[in-house]
Amino acid sequence: MSPRLVPASADAAGRRPDVPLRITVDGVPYNGAAGQTIAGVLLAAGRRSWRNGPSGAPRGVFCGIGACFDCLVTVNGDRDVRACRRRAADGDAVTTQSRAADSADPAGTDGGER
Amino acid sequence: MTRHVVVVGAGPAGLGAAAAALRAGARVTLVDSAEHPGGQYHRMLPDAYRAARPGRLHHGWDAFDRLRRRVTGHPRCAWWPETSVWMLERSAPGEPRPPRVHVLRGPADGSGRERRVLEPEALVLAPGAHDRALPFPGWDLPGVFTAGAAQALAKGERVVVGDRVVVGGAGPFLLPVAASLLEAGASVAEVLEAGTAAAVARGWGRRPWELASQAGKAGELAGYAALLARHRVPYRTGRAVIEARGDGRVEEAVTARLRADWSVVPGTERTVTADAVCVTHGFSPQLELPVAAGCALRAGATPEEPFVEVDADQLTTAPGVYAAGEVTGIAGAPAARAEGLLAGWLAGGGAPSAPELRRLRARRDQGRAFAARLAAAHPVGAAWPGWLRPGTVVCRCEETDYAALCRAADDAAGGAAARAVKLGTRAGLGPCQARICGPTVAELLRRRAAGAPGRPAEGLAPATPHHRPVAQPIRLGELAEPPRESE
Amino acid sequence: MDATRIVVLGAGIIGAACARELALAGFAVTVAERGAPAAGTTAHGEGNVLVSDKEPGPELELAKLSRRLWPEVLAEIADRARPAAPRAATRTTTRTTTRTTGRTADPVAAVEWDPKGGIVVATTGDGARELERFAAAQRAQGVATETLDAAALAAAEPYATRDFALAVRYPQDAQVQPSGAAAALLADALRAGAVLRTGCEVLGAETAGGRITGVRTSTGTIGADAVVNAAGPWAGETSRRLGAPVDVRPRRGEVLVTAPMPPTVFHKVYDADYVGAVGSGAGDLQASAVVESTRAGTILLGSSRRRVGFDERIRPDVLAVIAAKALRLFPSLAGVPVMRAYGGFRPYVPDHLPVIGADPRLPGLWHATGHEGAGIGLSVGTARILADLILGREPEIDAEPFRADRPAVPLDPAAASGTAAPAEPPEPSQGANP
Repeated sequence: MSPRLVPASADAAGRRPDVPLRITVDGVPYNGAAGQTIAGVLLAAGRRSWRNGPSGAPRGVFCGIGACFDCLVTVNGDRDVRACRRRAADGDAVTTQSRAADSADPAGTDGGER
Repeated sequence: MTRHVVVVGAGPAGLGAAAAALRAGARVTLVDSAEHPGGQYHRMLPDAYRAARPGRLHHGWDAFDRLRRRVTGHPRCAWWPETSVWMLERSAPGEPRPPRVHVLRGPADGSGRERRVLEPEALVLAPGAHDRALPFPGWDLPGVFTAGAAQALAKGERVVVGDRVVVGGAGPFLLPVAASLLEAGASVAEVLEAGTAAAVARGWGRRPWELASQAGKAGELAGYAALLARHRVPYRTGRAVIEARGDGRVEEAVTARLRADWSVVPGTERTVTADAVCVTHGFSPQLELPVAAGCALRAGATPEEPFVEVDADQLTTAPGVYAAGEVTGIAGAPAARAEGLLAGWLAGGGAPSAPELRRLRARRDQGRAFAARLAAAHPVGAAWPGWLRPGTVVCRCEETDYAALCRAADDAAGGAAARAVKLGTRAGLGPCQARICGPTVAELLRRRAAGAPGRPAEGLAPATPHHRPVAQPIRLGELAEPPRESE
Repeated sequence: MDATRIVVLGAGIIGAACARELALAGFAVTVAERGAPAAGTTAHGEGNVLVSDKEPGPELELAKLSRRLWPEVLAEIADRARPAAPRAATRTTTRTTTRTTGRTADPVAAVEWDPKGGIVVATTGDGARELERFAAAQRAQGVATETLDAAALAAAEPYATRDFALAVRYPQDAQVQPSGAAAALLADALRAGAVLRTGCEVLGAETAGGRITGVRTSTGTIGADAVVNAAGPWAGETSRRLGAPVDVRPRRGEVLVTAPMPPTVFHKVYDADYVGAVGSGAGDLQASAVVESTRAGTILLGSSRRRVGFDERIRPDVLAVIAAKALRLFPSLAGVPVMRAYGGFRPYVPDHLPVIGADPRLPGLWHATGHEGAGIGLSVGTARILADLILGREPEIDAEPFRADRPAVPLDPAAASGTAAPAEPPEPSQGANP
């Protein structure tokens, strides 16, 4: 057990039953509830990480409010979407992103104010 | 012509500003990146949840609900949700106009969002703050969250971040976060306040009359404390999470007793099983918009944690630009609302002699006193870098570690440290643009005695971690399109 | 100390390169920098080492010399740094370390020298004819060029537009990380005995018998037998303070930086279309697209040229023009987010040539400035020529065109005041100089 969605039936906020939705992440289906963010869907499904930093280190949600950019995903072809800020839409095709170099090119600096 | 006021941010301060500006007779455009008003404090559930009793999750819900309906439904208010301010375009020097406000309207980080430009007579900036999280070994493991993330997920979409959670850091925000987690069904292993009991008591206990005005806040905090007690959650002072461990995700937290300066007392380390760690060591005001508007900053507890300088009317040093809420100091929602009401009234052309302003100013001043008190009770201890190891990541985006930062600082030729380190290590140059690590890197470099940076040349922006002229990412295709004609 | 004392004003890339050459030639060099090294124009450019954008003439000769010198200079720096690395470790900024690569001992790694080559793309018929003529003239001067057909462009730049009229590849074009390059040059100068003084602003000249004998600065007077003005866009103001003003003006430029991307752009790609004034509200703006990636994965998009004095405001309409032009070359980048923009000032002289040489009005004063947008690439050639001139040697290329007393350069000391730029003449039609 791990992160999860509070069940609607037990929610003090008096939620009506969830409206289900389904998204895919790298082709794998994930079920969620309408209203959840993409990060919320993934966390509630027990997935804590979905992006890789430059060294390949796993990243998921950190700040949860759009400041840290750790949780970036590609949504329906749009790169660099903050998963914690984007509401999941039924049918969203999410692909994960990695900063790790595929090539032997060493991580470099890009200088200037670049 | 009716005066046009643009309010950025619809949290307690921004909503208050919009309401007061409307009352003063102005036309208001209220923009916020979220779908609903409320900010982080009154983060609303999504409509799709069809919640019958959303107020159960909030303090002061009824008043907030009335206010947000009045503001967003007002005939002179344009409420623009899901709107990001990506740039403020300053007027020419000497022109007494607030900046033009460039926004993108559409889903978060979408493509093909609509570009609009607003040209206000007055601008109220109320962008709020996010958690400041100090680095520690393992803070980049999945399962380590900021306290704000845990609360946003619990309050905003009813997702609880773990089963067994350790909450740690500094400040009263630890309590509502732990309360949110408990309410949502998590087990909270412990709540750790890094400040020692003596320091916290000293900060809160002096001049108690300053707290009288914050009775609402005090009652709220007392409620959280009672909830923690009911759930038998230990609240420990002088203790902190100094490491998170696990294989690819958090499995345990290492906590330790701290001295008053936050140095670790050797031999007091304890390992706690946890699947989530939530940390907050204070708040970082979101300063990119005030900086872009040309507002002067004032020093906070350290030079790296400044706030926007405002006068008695919440006016910044930039013409026509007001600031309210946590960008001027961290004092909680009631103080933010008072600042917003004051700023909005004056920005909207309301009479400075209006009788109710006296009450507002008094509340604002009490809020400022409260902010000073908070800062005094929960300072970040100077010895926190003792938690770091050479390989501890400091810049999460570029994975610059502590050793690399120290080497770059030591190597930098003659006082060029800040810029040279930034360029040489890329610390702060990644996707978050130094929002998370900027103050920390600057502090570490300053303490490494990096030397005077010298005077910035004419026309060149100073090397501050808050300088982000592109305030939010904009896609090239969106940027290349001309903005839609305004109004 | 009986070595001739030279004070170099400015620790940007030009000052760093000059300090290095002069220190290696045996002079006692002090570098005086108002702010921090490489923090001005050097830190706000793209790191161009280009021959492709220079039309035949003196600037192309300087570019060719510099292009030949760059690998030689970097090899020399690496040689000199290696045995002395432990001792020099506290004084250099040249080592980079990342978590993934560990500590590297290569003193020139931070230079990120990348002879990636440039590709100039014309998207209109007029542009293609002009590019063809331009490239032919360059070829006659020994510049390597290759015309790319559609398949060759697609192979070289898979994400570039297919809708183009002519593409020419310039294999000699290269790129450096400008701050890293300046730091490496400066560190080598310090190794050769030069001294750096930061936070040291020039206030005026000390003179005796009509010669300059030192500079008065915010941190005291520095005695000098010669002074080199390498203050970039601030060279005009610096020279005015010294009493021998030259007409060097700031020319604003902006660059967009995208979020980090997987490899997408492989050369320095820029458009050859001559661009006049653009759009209403941006009447003073010239822009041409320059697109290139960096080792960190970001893509840099330039560039604009505006004459606005030292006004540092970043204008959204200028950024929009840069984005639109970049998308004409790389339409597939439309969905890529911009995460940052920065602006800087190029030092330019009305006749668009650098100023390298002695100022006859004030013996002992030399200028090395006015490189506009090409100073990173031209720095090492400039420094070599300057050292030759100071030593009384014949420079490898004709330095006459860069003289400080040519008509476009000197200003009347009585007339020059403050930093106000003189009235601007209409902009002559320019090549696609980024």
